[in-house]
Amino acid sequence: MSAIITLSLLAILVLYLGLFKARNALLPVSLLGLVSTLVLFVIQWEGQAVPLYSGMVLFDHYAIAFSVLCVLLTILVLLLSKNYFDAGSTHIAEYYALILFSLTGALLVTSFHNLAMLFIGIEIMSVALYILAGIRKKDFASNEAALKYFLMGAFSTGFLLFGVALLYGASGSFDLAEIKDYVVSNPQAVSPLFYGGILLLLVGLAFKVGAAPFHFWAPDVYDGAPILITTFMITVVKTAAFAGFLRLFYFCFVPLQDFWMPALLVMTVVTLFIGNITALVQSSFKRMLAYSSISHAGYMLFAIVAVGPSSSEAVLIYAAAYSLASVVAFGTLILVKRATGSDHFEAFNGLAKKNPYLSLALTVAMLSLAGIPLTAGFIGKFMMFSGVLADYQILLVVLAVLNAAIGIFYYFRVIVAMYFRPLDRDQLVVNGYYKTVLVVAILATLLLGIYPAWITGLV
Amino acid sequence: MDNLFILLLLPVLGAIALAFVKQAKAARQLALLVSLVSLGLTIPFLSGFVPDDSIQFEQQFAWIPALGIHFHIGIDGISLPLVLLTNGLVPLIILSAFSYDYKGGFYALVLFMQAGLLLVFTALDAFAFYVGWEIALIPIYFICALWGGENRIRVNLKFFIYTFLGSLLMLIAIIYLHLQVPSGDYELTSFYQLALDSSTQRWIFWAFFLAFAIKMPIFPFHTWQPDTYTEAPTAGTMLLAGIMLKMGVYGLIRWLIPVAPLGFAAYGHLALVLCIIGVVYGSIIAFKQQDVKRLVAYSSIAHVGLIGAGIFAWNVQGVQGAMIQMVNHGISVVGLFFVLDIVTRRLGTREMSDMGGIAKAAPALAILFLVIVMGAVGLPLTNGFVGEFLLLMGIYQYGIWYSVFGGLTLILGAVYLLRMYQKVMLGDANAKTSDFADVRGTEWLVLAIIAVLVIGIGIYPKPLLHISEAAVTELIGKVSLINN
Repeated sequence: MSAIITLSLLAILVLYLGLFKARNALLPVSLLGLVSTLVLFVIQWEGQAVPLYSGMVLFDHYAIAFSVLCVLLTILVLLLSKNYFDAGSTHIAEYYALILFSLTGALLVTSFHNLAMLFIGIEIMSVALYILAGIRKKDFASNEAALKYFLMGAFSTGFLLFGVALLYGASGSFDLAEIKDYVVSNPQAVSPLFYGGILLLLVGLAFKVGAAPFHFWAPDVYDGAPILITTFMITVVKTAAFAGFLRLFYFCFVPLQDFWMPALLVMTVVTLFIGNITALVQSSFKRMLAYSSISHAGYMLFAIVAVGPSSSEAVLIYAAAYSLASVVAFGTLILVKRATGSDHFEAFNGLAKKNPYLSLALTVAMLSLAGIPLTAGFIGKFMMFSGVLADYQILLVVLAVLNAAIGIFYYFRVIVAMYFRPLDRDQLVVNGYYKTVLVVAILATLLLGIYPAWITGLV
Repeated sequence: MDNLFILLLLPVLGAIALAFVKQAKAARQLALLVSLVSLGLTIPFLSGFVPDDSIQFEQQFAWIPALGIHFHIGIDGISLPLVLLTNGLVPLIILSAFSYDYKGGFYALVLFMQAGLLLVFTALDAFAFYVGWEIALIPIYFICALWGGENRIRVNLKFFIYTFLGSLLMLIAIIYLHLQVPSGDYELTSFYQLALDSSTQRWIFWAFFLAFAIKMPIFPFHTWQPDTYTEAPTAGTMLLAGIMLKMGVYGLIRWLIPVAPLGFAAYGHLALVLCIIGVVYGSIIAFKQQDVKRLVAYSSIAHVGLIGAGIFAWNVQGVQGAMIQMVNHGISVVGLFFVLDIVTRRLGTREMSDMGGIAKAAPALAILFLVIVMGAVGLPLTNGFVGEFLLLMGIYQYGIWYSVFGGLTLILGAVYLLRMYQKVMLGDANAKTSDFADVRGTEWLVLAIIAVLVIGIGIYPKPLLHISEAAVTELIGKVSLINN
């Protein structure tokens, strides 16, 4: 809990730094604060996990592991932000503060122990993001993204809140433990209100994670928002949303699996295909990543389909793998776009000749997204497939495998552009911050892929 | 020095070092050195190997213990010939690339692939096998797509997706089998002991079969092969045809049939028929080719079809024939592709009609090429004869008509390969071929080594056959026991 308080205070401090025009202090202070948050989490690991503040939050291993992942990813994103918003913007402090606020919300979503807290967490996370998506005030696409995100977000929050209300009506409590007791004590006599609540929560959370058929906001928002904000959304926010999704369903709704599983199965399959097939026809690298993020949401839904003790580990590894690769992909995209002004695949032509190491990093990231062995993405997919196969959902895995093969087409397009389509171009300048982020992300991807034993068995 | 970890790790370390070498000359020398050391390190395994049915030189460590995954490797009579083949051919392939100005990256990919191949041939854990299977694919994709011909981007993407899809199906089967194992591991021996019901084994059979059939390739999963072989740079073609397709053949013997014996009982016949169709089909199309590289690519379909048929006949002669023919085919095909590379590079064309009369200007090449062609045709006293004889004998025991059609490889092979030899080497010289420079230096060395191997194995194949005999006999006994 001290971590959450630290983070909130940090965000306010950063706002004040902005007031005093201490621009150069923003990044170091934010990083320092995030690192101390990390330390606080790590210290908490050994302690006894008890619900805090009248059962509002519970920092068990699950929550801490996901929180640490979110904080680490935020650090990477902040490192990439050095100089990103400098040109023509005076709201840099707000940018840092909003990211930190959003992160605070994300941590609450991973650690909630009360449905009210889930709702508040999602709102803190999202409201900050509505602003962030539109932080480029004069950019039309950015404005559109912000408005779309806000409207659809508010809409989905309605579903979520209605679902929470129905659950409360049936069980008489917001507390996860009590709701669980209500379900477990008499699964046959669960009120119809409760079933309605589950469905509404399913819809609301599917909106938040960008799963089909509630995904329509995602491509436009991811495409329109500034690249760094998209990175933050696709990594930290998605990880937190999935952590919350799984936590709720694993904790409370497992006995009623027969009821919600068919709906979830359909959603999963549709998400996989829509994300993949639409990604196939994109000519913009950024938009391709946006659609591929939908298909990855489909793979991550596997963990909820196969809900069980090993699900949390699978989601953790998958989210880490996906996020690390995304950070590399978007980081490279920022550099390429800065140099060429375009985010199309053609903008990558001939990159390998001039920037061999940058190209190698992006290649590893793409291989990880495609799920090739020795990268983290493979271990993630492997665990997802294992989980679902343990439930004998062989057909679902076969469909997923088809999608994985389709994925090769669009992930390899950028590799093909970089290596096999020669073009005379200038060398991209990669500053120290970017180098650090790329090296860290790639090493972590390979480490997770080659020797994942250090992270398995953690949660 | 008989530590398998070292054998697997050396090419990886070599690859990492080579990735930073920018000069072509230094790169090729370092690459050759690493591959020769690998070959040297193989010798203790060969000399220390006891030719019985046991698994030797085992190594393992707990890789991902939480998921029951162990990095478990070892060598038995079935894997040793393939390890030898891999480590023996890689130096030759590297030597054959000396005429090109490849930088460190190229050789790094070759060595990285070597590590993947070795892992496939030594893995005793299904997860490790799968990882090796995939990491052999990535380098060859880049080798073919970076240094290949005109259509390389489209052709190689097709190749990659085709094989990737096949291997993912295999991954499903592997995970499924793992979930049935009581001890919760991925060990080969645990998979062998599973006695799953017939309907389960049937789909397991197909999941594995598709992965292996695409890799080999068996008709009708071969459509990626001619284009990929033709568009690839010669070193890539050699890796693909010489070593990589043996991954599929090895998979049939090691994984497919023993793991799903009831599936094999149900569909083995169909698989054998597909293989025989491949023999006839590959031979006929090879006969129609004008492009020499394409011709050898199709001939490879025919030869591999016969090897596959020998395995699906599942008797000692057939499988032993397959074992030795895998080695022979690797040697011959590398030799053939290298000769064609020399010829096409000097003449600037792959069309047979533009060639002819080279023998006069290049007598050394003519003799060496003749020996290699004879080996590929399967003339007595060459290596090809031993293998094809055993294969046909094995297939004959399965059914006489299959061996009749399978035997067509010998006849048709002689027809199209000798026709190729005639058109390329003999006849009247044209303007280009009349001053054809003969082979010398590394070119001569590579071809001479291959020719010696072709004749050496042809005259005295016993040591090679002896390596795998006990292991093959035991495996066949085990599986037919289940089937009865």
